[in-house]
Amino acid sequence: MTPWRGIWAGLALVALGLAVLASLPAGWLWPPQAMQVPFAGWLTAAMTWLTDSAAIGPVTVKDLTRGFATLVEAPYEVVKVLLVDGITEGKGRRATTIIPPLSWVAVTVAAVALGHFARDIWLGLLAGALMTYLAVFGQWDSAMVTLASIAIAVPLGVLGGVALGIAAWRWPWVERVLSPVLDLMQTIPTFAFLVPILVLFGFGPVAALLATIIYAMPPMVRVTIVALRAVPSEILDFASMAGCTPGQRMRKVMLPVAIPDLMVGVNQVIMLSLNMVIIASMIGAGGLGADVLASLRQLNIGGGIEAGLAITALAVVLDRLGQAMSERVARAEVRQGNWWRRHPRTTLVLVVALLTGALGQLVPALQDWPKAWEITTKPFWADLIRHINLSYFDQLEAVRVWFLEALLLPVRRFFLGLPWLFLLAVLALAGWRLGGLRLAGLVLALGLFIAATGLWELAMITVYLCGLSVVIAMLIGLPLGILAALNETAGKVIGAVVDTLQTLPSFVYLIPVVMLFRVGDFSAMIAVVLFALVPAVKYTAHGLRSVPPELIEAGVVCGCTRAQILRKIQLPMAVPMILLGLNQTILLALSMLVITALVGTRDLGQEVYSALATADVGRGLVSGLAVAAIAIIADRLIGAAAGRARARLEVA
Amino acid sequence: MRAHYPMAIAALLIGAGAALAEPESTDPIKLTLHDWTGQLITTNIMAAVLEEAGYNVELVQADYLAQFSGLESGDLHVAMELWETTAAEAMAASLATGNTVSFGPTGMQGKEEWWYPSYVKEQCPGLPDWQALNDCAELFATPETAPKGRYLGGPVTWGGFDAERIAALGLNYEVIHAGTDAAMFAELESAYQRRAPILLWVYAPHWAPIKYDGEWVEFPPYSVECYTDPTVGVNPEATHDCGKPTGDIMKVGWAGLEGKWPGAAQAITAFQITNDEMGAMVGKVDVDGMSVEDVVDEWMTANEAVWTTWIQ
Repeated sequence: MTPWRGIWAGLALVALGLAVLASLPAGWLWPPQAMQVPFAGWLTAAMTWLTDSAAIGPVTVKDLTRGFATLVEAPYEVVKVLLVDGITEGKGRRATTIIPPLSWVAVTVAAVALGHFARDIWLGLLAGALMTYLAVFGQWDSAMVTLASIAIAVPLGVLGGVALGIAAWRWPWVERVLSPVLDLMQTIPTFAFLVPILVLFGFGPVAALLATIIYAMPPMVRVTIVALRAVPSEILDFASMAGCTPGQRMRKVMLPVAIPDLMVGVNQVIMLSLNMVIIASMIGAGGLGADVLASLRQLNIGGGIEAGLAITALAVVLDRLGQAMSERVARAEVRQGNWWRRHPRTTLVLVVALLTGALGQLVPALQDWPKAWEITTKPFWADLIRHINLSYFDQLEAVRVWFLEALLLPVRRFFLGLPWLFLLAVLALAGWRLGGLRLAGLVLALGLFIAATGLWELAMITVYLCGLSVVIAMLIGLPLGILAALNETAGKVIGAVVDTLQTLPSFVYLIPVVMLFRVGDFSAMIAVVLFALVPAVKYTAHGLRSVPPELIEAGVVCGCTRAQILRKIQLPMAVPMILLGLNQTILLALSMLVITALVGTRDLGQEVYSALATADVGRGLVSGLAVAAIAIIADRLIGAAAGRARARLEVA
Repeated sequence: MRAHYPMAIAALLIGAGAALAEPESTDPIKLTLHDWTGQLITTNIMAAVLEEAGYNVELVQADYLAQFSGLESGDLHVAMELWETTAAEAMAASLATGNTVSFGPTGMQGKEEWWYPSYVKEQCPGLPDWQALNDCAELFATPETAPKGRYLGGPVTWGGFDAERIAALGLNYEVIHAGTDAAMFAELESAYQRRAPILLWVYAPHWAPIKYDGEWVEFPPYSVECYTDPTVGVNPEATHDCGKPTGDIMKVGWAGLEGKWPGAAQAITAFQITNDEMGAMVGKVDVDGMSVEDVVDEWMTANEAVWTTWIQ
């Protein structure tokens, strides 16, 4: 242990010396041109082949994917008729409505009934209140468009995830193939595979739906694998003894037992689907995401915030209902009598839907919330930002300049001044120490891949921006997480803020941040920190809360003060969970790259974005893969470190 | 729910004669929508006109640059606003495939140039002449760029040769690229509220030059030779020693459109609108808060004589 501490300190000193003192020639800093491999060209060619001429027998791949898109489109159209369009005659501007879509009253009553069904009337009222928010703030129509696509994306993502998870659980080779694919699905910025998706699945809502599913499904697969593994072997033995076939064992025994764990995955699918709302709206999903973008392009900050909060409201409704449903499954209630007596809530919703639909012709307020009654907070937000801008700009500017000069620029210089071979060697060494030769080999291979793409300099800028943001996010997130775990009231407040930050599109706060801090790395860093903070807080709080109470009592008995208990017992026990949080923080920071490109950073995210702008599929994919390589290196190193920490705890 | 359309009623009064030609196909013609107001207006006007002619029209949200693959495959049919100033490369690449065709200019001219709010002139009286810029570099400087002035350029992908222009004209400025136009105009709004000096890339037709009082910097006039031949222009040793070109805003669509809906292709080709008309409509939406539908209805009612000739 001790000699290694010396070696790491020495390496850090060498790195500092190399980066700061000796300004090395560019030939040392960046990989030589000669080792660059034209990945971009190959990928473009491969994509062209895939989209234009690849075929399985007589059927081209494109026909297959288009067929699949049609399959997905059908249920989406049904939901959309129900929630958005109604049944109309004629097209476009001349369309006249024959049967209107479900009225806002009906949908809100349905939300209340679902809440009541799933848990109690309070949950129902919460869901109803949030739906009413959508109507009152004039977000209804867009929210229903978004809801329609979420209503398709989430079940498909969950079902697909569970199916893949079961396959991976049953056949180890599936897991081996799937694991790297899942990593890529989660870490390649969506923009990188946007164009191939559009070509394969056509333009419009379906492509947006599929992009959403690709992004949101991986956690479901992982959670399913973990949940199935966690089913106690006694239960499996019992199922075998009872004579279950493998299919019955899965359906009737394993999945029901795993449901509480599976719901964690469902929660993630919902949250991630709503994260994609903005990007999905760029490729045809419309809805709230399109409203956020359009508002901010007009610098209508209040409009952006209202539409953004509507996304958060939808997320809260769906998440809480989903959680409650999973807990409900156990207690089925039995009622006697007619169908409507046995299903009072369904009957109520149907009656309300029909009544408001019919009466809506006479009293339009029942069908659509009247424009005149809409509330808006737009002037408030505009005035608030204006006030801050006029009163505090100089102070904010001083803060920004301090951060730039004391922190951002030196760190940037450091990373750009490190010779690439040295950095690779240090990473490989860390991999070897933490996880043996295999990990060292993986890290080295991924590093060499980045070197061979010729994007080394951009990768270093990415590492600098994300690395610094992650450090700051952890510095803020750890204390917040500790506070949330120790104090229940603080925990609730922090939980609500963190949930909002996770679902509010970052674009909403990016524009006010730019107004106060100008375009550039500092604004980008604020946006990344705000988004990446979420797992830092959540995992820290979770880790502290799951420390066994006996251990804490033991501490109390030994006469530890509260501070000592925290320092000597709770925090060390929570280290593996906190490291997992760090891991997620890094992944989220990297996933924000494309957004930071929108405020003018010059990193891999910008490369992905520029590639999209020049319709260069290969270049976009290569930059996306480079981002994924960075993410996987960080993920594996930290995962190995967390594993070692856990092993140490178990020994002690 | 739907707005009231005086147009449709007018068409009924005139009689079925409004549908001048039978549509060749009732399949929907898909027009792409992007995320800036001018484009929404242009596209909605085109859609309204095509519907008047009896065509079935569908509006599809699509990314400005990602849409080309859709136009090439026939998934999408018409893109109404492609600015030569920002999409030239992607447009040329797409037209070269032969799967898309140009339906000619829209009549609008995209203008983009360095721009400043009028109040800056009090501190820098030599403006709008570009030669005054160097005297005012300190005024536009921020701590990162000082002593150089800070010029907020468009997103990197917009090109624009600003770095070359600065070098060729010997300007004491540094280009800071905004990542999106939303970020760029957020900075303008912020500076305008504080009446702080700012120098940035503005383009028209757009709501910014309508909402904010300001002027374009006057560079030596653009010519093709100025960009290609060093000897032309004020600096005999460098290219790009002049202002930016104005560019047509083009209509581009799927190559098969003309075969399937010849009448529609003719109407799309005929579509013309001026910068002033568009500027006024964009102002109504983005500054006065009218809805796009209402503005389009207003235009359709006021310009019936114009659009009926497109669909004859």
